[in-house]
Order: sequence, then structure tokens, then C-alpha cells
Amino acid sequence: MSVVSGAQAPPIAAFSVPPFGIRVHAAGLDFGGAPLFEALDLELAPGSWTCLLGPSGVGKTSLLRLIAGLIEPWPGSTIACSDGAPIAGRIAYMAQQDLLLPWLSALDNVLLGARLRREPVASAARERARWLLARVGLTAKLASLPAALSGGQRQRVALARTLFEARPLVLMDEPFSALDAITRHQLQALAAELLHGATVLHVTHDPWEALRLADRLYVMAGSPARLGGAIVLPGDPPRDVTASGLAGRHAELLALLANGKREAA
Amino acid sequence: MAWLRGIAVVVGLIALWQAVVSATGVPEFMLPPPLDVARAMVGDASLLAGHAAVTIAEILIGLACGVALGIATALAMAAWRPARDWILPVIVASQAIPVFALAPILVLWLGFDLGPKIAMATLIIYFPVASAFFDGLRRTDPGHLDLARTMGAARGTILRRIRIPAALPALASGLRVGVAVAPIGAVVGEWVGARAGLGHLMLQAKARVETPRMFAALILLAVIGVVLYLAADRLLRRAVAWHAESNPAED
Repeated sequence: MSVVSGAQAPPIAAFSVPPFGIRVHAAGLDFGGAPLFEALDLELAPGSWTCLLGPSGVGKTSLLRLIAGLIEPWPGSTIACSDGAPIAGRIAYMAQQDLLLPWLSALDNVLLGARLRREPVASAARERARWLLARVGLTAKLASLPAALSGGQRQRVALARTLFEARPLVLMDEPFSALDAITRHQLQALAAELLHGATVLHVTHDPWEALRLADRLYVMAGSPARLGGAIVLPGDPPRDVTASGLAGRHAELLALLANGKREAA
Repeated sequence: MAWLRGIAVVVGLIALWQAVVSATGVPEFMLPPPLDVARAMVGDASLLAGHAAVTIAEILIGLACGVALGIATALAMAAWRPARDWILPVIVASQAIPVFALAPILVLWLGFDLGPKIAMATLIIYFPVASAFFDGLRRTDPGHLDLARTMGAARGTILRRIRIPAALPALASGLRVGVAVAPIGAVVGEWVGARAGLGHLMLQAKARVETPRMFAALILLAVIGVVLYLAADRLLRRAVAWHAESNPAED
């Protein structure tokens, strides 16, 4: 497979709207009768990329779904946009599962958002979907049904679908988990390029990935879960993780994660 | 290969039939030998064809009505909560009444023509179609619904673009059952009171002890049922080609 590098001009109306930030305040949530987290605060700066790390089951996905408006938090929790407008209709959400519709081709899966909003799918939109599928290396698979794609290919279609939405707020839950090392590296760079200027919240299990892509990152741990202090990373993503002082950060992060895991056990 | 196997089974069954007749010496009016039935089939061809046409019409019209009603009911229940709360218990309770017990009443109301037979076929097809399709509509992957919601889809669009396509394999299973039971409805309707149809012809033949003709009608009914099922199965497989479980690669 070959991932096309960004030679052509992207027919993407990138983020024409100015990005906005998100402020989660005093958020609480139950899961199976027990509080998953309570009094949780999180702030996403406009146009910044935030990574969320932590042990499985700690509540990262729930926090993402909470911001996406898919679950109701406790009363008293507030989730607000920095520009005061409602959050609905301004997000792109990429879940852990690829959620491709099995009866639609890769191309039609990428176009799903436009179809669901009953927007006319003009040739410009198709062109953009094709271009995105080319950028994730799936030019040969435009007409394939999801059943004919591998797990990694399906995840790439899901990434293209998320990027197609071109929303100012992007919520991604382990978007690169099913990819081989090379493809993952290439698609991280692609996401960093195409989501530049958007506000991103990205859940990942991979400390290197977080160090490469995030402006700031948080480790979520404990029960009920808390967020550790923000770790602010210098320079523009995507970073070269072999250079600079990131190896030290990596060791620091691993220690934090190991701690969180002990607490959970 | 499947065709050859089918032919082999039919030939085997006929041979067995002949063997039973020869071995037991059962009188012809109880179990006629295959050759007599074949003779009846050829000799009465136009008579049988006329009655078969009536039965086929009853089955097809009943299928169309039952499927349309079943789909409409399932959609109404999926789209509108009160419809579900009020209709579902009625449908489930209605299944406690044996459809056959309704046949005399339907004849009383609708007379001796096509009406009651179509009504019987419709009733018997309606339930499997409505319940299978509604089940499918209820079981949409919650992840797909979440995704659609974050994309800003309206409820109607979600129904049309996600829930209905996702429920098509379930609807296909319901349709297969419906097609298989449709002839039962038509024939029971004919037994209770009719002027034409294969079921009616069988009763008449029985009264006159023309057993070969009864068997000829019976075989014709079986053939109609099998052809109908195979045609429906083929059509449905094509309609939900994306659904792997509906289309095992080779069986």
C-alpha cells in the first residue's frame, strides 16, 4: 500500500470557521452504578490538540462521549464551548470501532455525513472524499464494501470519513490502533496536517503517539478517575520523537501510566 | 450439482412410493401408484392448470398484502413509540388465535370467491414479516446511531439511511418464512369454502374417490411452494448481498 504524500492541492475547505475551545467543569458520570468520575475539569484550548492517556476502563471513552453529547452527565456538570454557541453539529466523532455501514462502499461511507444531513452530494464533495481516500492509501478500494477490507483498511476509511466532516472540534478514540507501524506513522502525520487549526481531543494508549501529536496531554487514572496535571509539549506537531528531549518525557509518561494502572488494580 | 441432487431425491421418493404400493398391495383409492398420478396429471392438465392459476393468484395477492402490511406495521412501530406500545401487544395476542379457526368466519364475511383466501394468506404472512422486520429495526448497532447523531442526522433520515438498510437481512428472513407459509393460508381458505383452486379440487376429488387427481393437485401445490420459495430466496440474497450471514460462501 502507498500513502500519497500531500503533493496535490487539498480540495478541502479546511476550517473556515474559527476554532473554539471546550470547557468541561465539575463533570460527573455513573457507569454500572459506580461513579466513573466526579468533579472532573478539562479545558481544551481553541485549535489545540489534546491527548488523553490512561489505563483501560478508566473512563477516557466515556469522557469523549460526554463531550460528543452521546451520554448525559450528572446534573450540575457543564460542558461549554468557548464561543458560547452550542456544541451540536460542530463535531466529528471517531469511535474505537470503525462503524462503517456494511452496505456502503468505502467512498459512500466517507460521504455518509453529507448524506445524513441531506446535503446535496455534488461532484466537489465526491472529489474531496476520493482525495481523502487517496491520502489514506485506499485509491484502489473506493468501491469496496467494508467486508472486503482488512481491519486496518477499515480504520483508514473511518479516518477519512472523520476528516471529510471538516469540523472545528474532532473527537477521536484510538484512531490508529489497528494500523501497522509504518501506516500509523504516515497517518499520524496526515491527521496532524489536515486537522491543523481544529480543536482535537484524542484518546490513545500509545505514549509515543501522544508525544508526537499533542500540544498538551493528560493522564487519567484512579477510581473515580482524575486527570493528572497537563503536560505541555513544546513545538509544532507532528514531532520527530527520536529527536529533542522526548525520550525523557516518554519515560516520565510510562511511570505515570504504570502508577495509574497500579491504582486501578 | 444441487440440481442433480434434487432430481435424485425426487426419483428416489417416487421409487419408494412405487415400492410401498407394490409391496403392500394397498388399494388404489387409498394410495394410487405414481404412474396413475402421472396419468391424472397429463389427462387433467387443463383442469389442474385452471385451478392452480386461482391458487397462485390467491398466494401472490396474499403475499403482496401481507408483506406490505407487515412492513408498514414494523415501520410505524419503529418510527413512533405510541404505535409500538399499542400495536405490539395486540399483534402478539392475535397470534393466540389459530388462523385456521378464522377461516370459516372469513368465508362468512367475504364469501366464496378470492376474498377470504387472500385474507387468510395475508394474515398468515403478516406476522412473520412484521415481527422479523421490527426486530431488525430495533437491533440497529448503537454505534451507528451514535455516529449518525454526531453527524447531525434527523430521526427520519436515520431511519431511512441506517435503520432500514440494517434491518433488511432480518426482513429477508421474515419474507422467507412468509413465502413458505403463504400456500397454507390459501389452501385452508379453499377448504372452508370455495368455487375454485387446488384445495377445492382436492376436496371434490376426494368426494368422488378420484384419488390420483387428489395426489396430482397435492404435487402441484408442493411444486408451486418450492418454486416460490426458491425464487424469493434468490431475489433476497441478491437484495442483501452485503450481508455475509445471509450468503454463506458455499453450502
